[in-house]
Amino acid sequence: MKSYIFQSIRLTLVLLVLLCVIYPVSVAFVAKFSKGAGKGEQSFFNRKVVGYKAVGQSFSDPRYFWGRPSAVSYNAAGSAGSNKGPSNPDYLKEVKSRVDTLLKYHPYAERKDIPADLVTASGSGLDPNISVEAADLQVRRVAELRGFSLSQIQELVIENTEAPFLGFLGPRKVNVLQLNIALDQISTYHEN
Amino acid sequence: MNTEINGIIATYLLTVIIAFPLGKYLAKVFAGEKVWTDFLCPLESIIYKLSGINPKQQMNWKQHMKALLTINSVWLIYGFFVLIYQDKLPLNPDGNPGMTPDLSFNTIISFVVNCNLQHYSGETGVSYLTQHFVLMFLQFTSAATGIASAVVLFKAFREKSTTQLGNFWELFLKSITRLLLPLSLIVALILAFNGTPASYESKDQFVSMEGDTVDVSRGPAAQFVAIKHLGTNGGGFFGANSSHPLENPNYLTNMVEAISQMIIPMAMIIAFGYFIRKKKLAYTIYAVMTLGMFMLLVPSIIGETAGNPAIAALGVDQNHGAMEGKEVRFGAVATAYWSTITTIVSTGSVNGMHDSTMPLTGLWQLLGMMINSFFGGCGVGILNYFIYLIIAVFISGLMVGRTPEFLGHKVEAREVKIAALVTLLSPFLIMAGTALASFVLVSYPNADWAVKPANWLNNPGFHGFSEMLYEVTSANANNGSGFEGLGDNNIFWNVVTGVILFLGRFLPIIGPVAIAGLLGQKKYIPESAGTLKVDTITFSIMTLAVILVLNALSYFPALALGPIAEYFTLIK
Repeated sequence: MKSYIFQSIRLTLVLLVLLCVIYPVSVAFVAKFSKGAGKGEQSFFNRKVVGYKAVGQSFSDPRYFWGRPSAVSYNAAGSAGSNKGPSNPDYLKEVKSRVDTLLKYHPYAERKDIPADLVTASGSGLDPNISVEAADLQVRRVAELRGFSLSQIQELVIENTEAPFLGFLGPRKVNVLQLNIALDQISTYHEN
Repeated sequence: MNTEINGIIATYLLTVIIAFPLGKYLAKVFAGEKVWTDFLCPLESIIYKLSGINPKQQMNWKQHMKALLTINSVWLIYGFFVLIYQDKLPLNPDGNPGMTPDLSFNTIISFVVNCNLQHYSGETGVSYLTQHFVLMFLQFTSAATGIASAVVLFKAFREKSTTQLGNFWELFLKSITRLLLPLSLIVALILAFNGTPASYESKDQFVSMEGDTVDVSRGPAAQFVAIKHLGTNGGGFFGANSSHPLENPNYLTNMVEAISQMIIPMAMIIAFGYFIRKKKLAYTIYAVMTLGMFMLLVPSIIGETAGNPAIAALGVDQNHGAMEGKEVRFGAVATAYWSTITTIVSTGSVNGMHDSTMPLTGLWQLLGMMINSFFGGCGVGILNYFIYLIIAVFISGLMVGRTPEFLGHKVEAREVKIAALVTLLSPFLIMAGTALASFVLVSYPNADWAVKPANWLNNPGFHGFSEMLYEVTSANANNGSGFEGLGDNNIFWNVVTGVILFLGRFLPIIGPVAIAGLLGQKKYIPESAGTLKVDTITFSIMTLAVILVLNALSYFPALALGPIAEYFTLIK
């Protein structure tokens, strides 16, 4: 029995070195050669960091495309979903008010044009994406507020739509931050 | 939607394609046959030497369990104190505080027992030191503990009659050096090259497009996420687990993480067949498990893609399914798939919030954890299934009026008693735990704890009850997922689930290993015309029936009060 105790302690110490020093440090070293150097990939606008490509951020200005509702208000210091159950009456009221807000800003749209992802909070609270339908809904609003034609903005959405992985695996989606950066880029060009 | 279905078919097929050869490889590793990873022998020799271990020393089942419990106790004590004092230790760039004793008690048990129930959030509750030196360390070692225990059982049935069941340290160490560590390296690098952070840098700050100053949590996550899945641990580096865009950045990483968590449990079944030279038995077990998996998977996918009827009633388009708590880059299908595999395999990681899934999907998740042996956790899945096998052998024996036998060994009163006790343990812990929580909630709503019982539940009505039932079930199954709306970081939940975690881990390991040890040392009876054959379709159906009947009898009342009742209120 006594020998088991000493063997356990010694084995634990040796494994701590192997599993908690050698393994993670070598991965961290190799990861330096990845995009973002293992620190997360950043997005730039006018050579300034404006966020992380993978991490969603809050857009509330009607001149931008909006992302999904977030249970943590896109505060990426933490992360969480709403954890609201499907039958929770308070939650359903909240969804209804989101639908009403969207209808107010998109008077041309009907309820059936609103995709579920635009009125429900994501699992992480940091979802960087919206569905293609969610972007389509907002095209006319953004075009009108920025003085573009519908087709110009529609084209921008198509350019920023990510195809399924390898073309046939998983959903199509739009990265809201990338789309808005592209939007600001053509706007600056437009104004000059 | 079609590409979403393609996605999970590809994920599943790749899992199976990897699991079969991996199983064969594992059987060879544990039988001591020649394999290509033998170049690691010198490394293992050094580790044995430094630890004062003689890997040739044979152990019987009791010595195995003593060694297992000793080293697990060492980890419990070590981790408990490191978590409490993490604020005073290095590698804490975000300046996170030390844990309270009750939270540390819960967390350390949870990681030692391969559960990874988390009553803290990764961003604020732990430091980089504890993430790696306590939590990730245990993700390796707890998985290896489970695998080693399963191999002890394998050894009992390899020879006709034996008490020599190998050396625990050798089985344990080889599980790490020959399996978990090499695979983790590969998976960690795939993740790192797809955007999961792997460096030790602290939080970053940037000014967003709209001018808000935003902090972003980072850290060495890729290494952690790899073993979290391969070892069926499931604890997230970040609070939102694998729904977090840095922990699971794209569809490829989602596939890799989903594949990682299933390959070892699947491979263990195949390894069992090769190891005891009864491949047909392994294939029948594999078939029952696959059938069970699809019985839970198909309705989950149908439910989640159909969307929430209460939101459909608002006129909103539901073409993408029920999106509350889900991420657009994975979609409803891949999230439903993940919710099934993570509950049957006891990983407990999530790529979408289970609390917000449809009521019946919640039911399938709960059943997956209650049964806990459709593949099941690393090593322990097959141990759990073995208990069902013994019960099925026993009942079949009674039906035909003969002394039951399993693989040439008489199954007698002692073994059946152990199997019965282990079977009864789960319903007892789950029912008693949920009842106690409900009682406290109703009788002491204002108890002065970190979270008052009156504020425990994030949702009213039947769903609130499901939150408590889920938490206790997850603890007993050593799963670790949660209906995370539950306010669980307080002394009640920390202590109650801590105790359940402990009992729900070690008794279901010791029980089957003891049965195997006892059977293995009995005289071998050669097969005759009257032998009950356990590798037939008839017996497989018998086992599946035993599993379904036992679980339905045990849990139906509780499930009726939670998800089933909620389902009927939602469709009315």
